[in-house]
Amino acid sequence: MVGFYTLIARGNLVKKIIGLNIFQTSVFILYITMGKIAGGTAPIFVKGGEDVIYSNPIPHVLILTAIVVGVATSAVGLSLVIRIKEAFGTIEEDEIQDESV
Amino acid sequence: MNQHLPVLLVVVPLVAAPIAALLNRPRLSWAVAVAATLWALYAALELLSQTMATGAIHYELGGWTAPYGIEYVVDAANAWVVVIVALIGALVTPYARKSVEQEITEDRIPLFYAAFILCLTGLLGIAVTGDVFNVFVFLEISSLSAYALIALGNDRRALTASFQYLIMGSVGATFIVIGIGLMYVMTGTLNMADLADRLPEVASSRTIPVAFTFLTVGITLKLALFPLHLWLPNAYTYAPSAVTAFIASTATKVAVYLLLRFFFTIFGATFSFDVMQLDRILMPLALIAIVTMSLVAIYQENVKRLLAYSSVAQIGYMVLGISFASVLGLTAGILHLFNHALMKGALFMSMGCIMYRVGSVRLEQMNGLGRAMPWTMAAFVVGGLSLIGVPLTVGFVSKWYLVQAALEQGMWPVAGVVLLGSLLALMYVWKVVEVAYFREVDPELGISEAPLSLLAPTWVLVLGNLYFGINASDGVGVATRAAEMLLGIL
Repeated sequence: MVGFYTLIARGNLVKKIIGLNIFQTSVFILYITMGKIAGGTAPIFVKGGEDVIYSNPIPHVLILTAIVVGVATSAVGLSLVIRIKEAFGTIEEDEIQDESV
Repeated sequence: MNQHLPVLLVVVPLVAAPIAALLNRPRLSWAVAVAATLWALYAALELLSQTMATGAIHYELGGWTAPYGIEYVVDAANAWVVVIVALIGALVTPYARKSVEQEITEDRIPLFYAAFILCLTGLLGIAVTGDVFNVFVFLEISSLSAYALIALGNDRRALTASFQYLIMGSVGATFIVIGIGLMYVMTGTLNMADLADRLPEVASSRTIPVAFTFLTVGITLKLALFPLHLWLPNAYTYAPSAVTAFIASTATKVAVYLLLRFFFTIFGATFSFDVMQLDRILMPLALIAIVTMSLVAIYQENVKRLLAYSSVAQIGYMVLGISFASVLGLTAGILHLFNHALMKGALFMSMGCIMYRVGSVRLEQMNGLGRAMPWTMAAFVVGGLSLIGVPLTVGFVSKWYLVQAALEQGMWPVAGVVLLGSLLALMYVWKVVEVAYFREVDPELGISEAPLSLLAPTWVLVLGNLYFGINASDGVGVATRAAEMLLGIL
């Protein structure tokens, strides 16, 4: 939520990307927490232990994918910010809007 | 090989994209893109005829059986969407060569094609996959490449438009992930068919309505339903012409498909419309979109922007069709999805032709183009008529069904708004026609007709508009089957 607020409230484009990252990371953690099972251990097969409780590994795998996507999004976003800086000379949203008029 | 078609449909373009980037020669990359899109079109048509003949196709990725492995499912609804996406892709690529040569610097052209094929891959992937997390992955593939494509526009405002789209698109995608995660927590599965089985048991909990809400907001952001459409006009206006033609006629359509998939297949019509009362939200929003966005479109001076606002209004029609939650309404929505792809494709492509010759699509520079570029403007007029919904064009067929669906449920005011929307469409299309046909052309500019490689794909779409408008039964048949399947009647 902090991230989402930053995303909306900040005019600085880099800060917007950071807000987006915080927002996404918190969703990742949401996934990870639901993979945890009370008393569960790491999902690696324990020899001879049929009654061992394992944590659910699937959310981890999913989030691994989502992290990659998140990295790519930030990369594209930041490279756009660089080009915006080149084209407009600023990365403050209100100044860009002034210039566009 | 035929049994592997569902996956090859996606994998071939996915592999073609890096090849196009690595070849690093504009012409070669273009050839790769043409080959990849033609392949996708062939695979899509083959899949459509197979599903029509034998019913849904299930394909297990890597031989892992569903629901443990990822499954691709092709049925009446998404075979249709896949054909639309592949068809538009296959038409835009030959069109793109000249248009892109002029609008994008040469060293970026191979990367343009790579991003273009990736975007196509993502859209096809969303359409065929039967796994909800896979949807998110493909969604991001198509969105990220779309951001890059839009940023290639030669106006510097293309950059801010793309950035705005990136922020809103990522928020939408993250909302979708939250929704998927909450569904997973409650059911322990990501397979769409499996989810549909298990959701009713837990539907009374509080988590599922929350998941449903997150998914709805996320997807409507992607499909630019009013009032979440803010990214769309700028993105369409400043993107290179070929990109606008492609994204306008595919990306939002795939998002509409996703909406259908989640509402009807996964949550089921009863839950979406009786428990969550989705129609009470969707219908007013759709109606507001139709009226306000058409009004905004009338006041635009840039024709691409005009068409972009009109797109938001047309998305309103599709969502309106869905919000009836009846066979007729859904048929209308799905038909309009296909028809709008045809007409907006044709319209944006004719704008691309004008961009190529005139270098601008602002209204004041289009004086007399009806005489200087007769074929281009004729394409625009037919597309425009279709947008209005004149008989003999596809626009008429879907509006006809939409009005019927409204009357079937006794909603006279809704039918009235649909007709009002057509009237407003008439006004903004006429505005362009008036400038192009009834003003004198400036002879000093020496504008001539657009080259054949731009005109031919445009006219294929225009003729498609007329063909499916006159011979409506094919399209209606497929759309009705898809609607019945989604409502679970078949």
